Amino acid sequence: MGKIEDLDFKKSSLRKINNFLQNINYKNNKRDFTLKNPNGHHAVCAGLTENISVNIKGHVGYYCGGMNQKAHITINGNAGTGLGENMMSGLIHVKGNASQSAGATAHGGTIIVDGDASSRCGISMKGVDIIIKGSVGHMSGFMAQSGTLLICGDAGEALGDSIYETVIYLAGKPKSLGVDCVEKKMNKKDMKKIEDLLKTGKIKNLKANNFKKFGSERKLYNFNIDNISDY
Amino acid sequence: MCGIVGLYLKKKKLHNKLGFYLSGMLDNMSSRGPDSAGFAIYNNKQSKKYYKYSLCLNKILSSELEQDIKKIFKDIIIKNISDHVVVYTSATPKKFISYIQRNFSKISLVGYGRSIEIFKQVGNPKEIVKKFKLEKFSGSHAVGHTRMATESAITVDGSHPYSTGEDECLVHNGSLSNHNNLRRQLIKQGKNFDSFNDTEVAAGYISQKLSENQSMKKTLTECLTDLDGFYTFIAGTNKGFAVLRDEIACKPAVIAENNDYVAVASEFQAMAHLPYVNKSNIYEPKPGVVYTWGK
Repeated sequence: MGKIEDLDFKKSSLRKINNFLQNINYKNNKRDFTLKNPNGHHAVCAGLTENISVNIKGHVGYYCGGMNQKAHITINGNAGTGLGENMMSGLIHVKGNASQSAGATAHGGTIIVDGDASSRCGISMKGVDIIIKGSVGHMSGFMAQSGTLLICGDAGEALGDSIYETVIYLAGKPKSLGVDCVEKKMNKKDMKKIEDLLKTGKIKNLKANNFKKFGSERKLYNFNIDNISDY
Repeated sequence: MCGIVGLYLKKKKLHNKLGFYLSGMLDNMSSRGPDSAGFAIYNNKQSKKYYKYSLCLNKILSSELEQDIKKIFKDIIIKNISDHVVVYTSATPKKFISYIQRNFSKISLVGYGRSIEIFKQVGNPKEIVKKFKLEKFSGSHAVGHTRMATESAITVDGSHPYSTGEDECLVHNGSLSNHNNLRRQLIKQGKNFDSFNDTEVAAGYISQKLSENQSMKKTLTECLTDLDGFYTFIAGTNKGFAVLRDEIACKPAVIAENNDYVAVASEFQAMAHLPYVNKSNIYEPKPGVVYTWGK
């Protein structure tokens, strides 16, 4: 097992670093780690299972923090495709931008992106809370099933296309809404949820009433014989 | 999959590092395309005096070519690099290309122009970069490609960059679905194609438009309606290069720009070795938007 100073991609391999972080020895009583020179490597901090915090100094490639459980991962840079894919719990905080499919199929935990996220943000998400301080690209929230997607900026084309029960809160404007995605009325529970998310994301320039709520009209749930010609 | 890279140097003092930087970029993209690789270098050093013809010898001996060629054309310089030669001559493309086609049908012309030099080969990009000694090349800008073959064979003919016009080239990550139709249309308009590859058709399409004096920006914008499929393109000319992603944007791209250079690549890791890259403006090109750099 490596020592703390080994968490440098210039000195060690991705496999060694991930293996170390995935098998933390609690007797060492060490919970905070710094990861240097990630240089766009893929699958950095994938499959972590313990309540540790990892501070990544630089940009990461695809699937950073994928399948994460409990760990708190901070990325001081940008993240590539599939950030926190299938995450179960824990927290991922990107201080730059995130590429496509951030939070794809993620079941739980929280993802915070300080910048923008590109297309298909929260695609097929299943319970995660995603907080985007900038804007998101096209097809965000595509087939999203559960959880919350909070967007402080604007959204690209076809927001929430074929959405299930994920709730989207949007402060800016959507370029267009996807099939079966509609604006919904806010209630007290929504306001509380937004306030909580703003607190989690340390967002001070917006308030709950700056947001609009979008969700499923639930018209795609059942087969409709009138649509037969569309198949 | 495939990996594409492009590097435009804004400052002349960096020109002698072009090959060195690009070789690192191709090296890091070999994971995206292990089947073949190629690159186009733009260097204007002798552009007033000579045309440059990049030829892949395909097992023809360079001495054989040299002997024959020197009988016909005067002021010839031949530069040997692995299985390629670059022929410097004042002979016009019309004369020179038809001569090569008539007398050396086995040799393939991979590109020509006043500033472009193109090299491509089958095999692992890490090896190819070494074989061509890419790190020693200098120039103002360059594009490169690492290929994971999908719709046509692993051959030099199927490798990128494709050059279908003077000083023009194209690299492509993705696949086109209407290339057969488009190829037929372009053949009717007088274009020639050497392979069954989809990217060659896109390159031919772009060359056709540019030869009609249409701007690169307008040409690439029209690609959005005329080309069906997935693509991130880097299209090079002697002036610079342009980037376009299709509107669905499944194929990745990232750009890093600072006062010294513009780097484009499929993934950030291709540019992680470039100086001050972490202090650059790093962003993803937006779907359906044409980005251009150059004079």
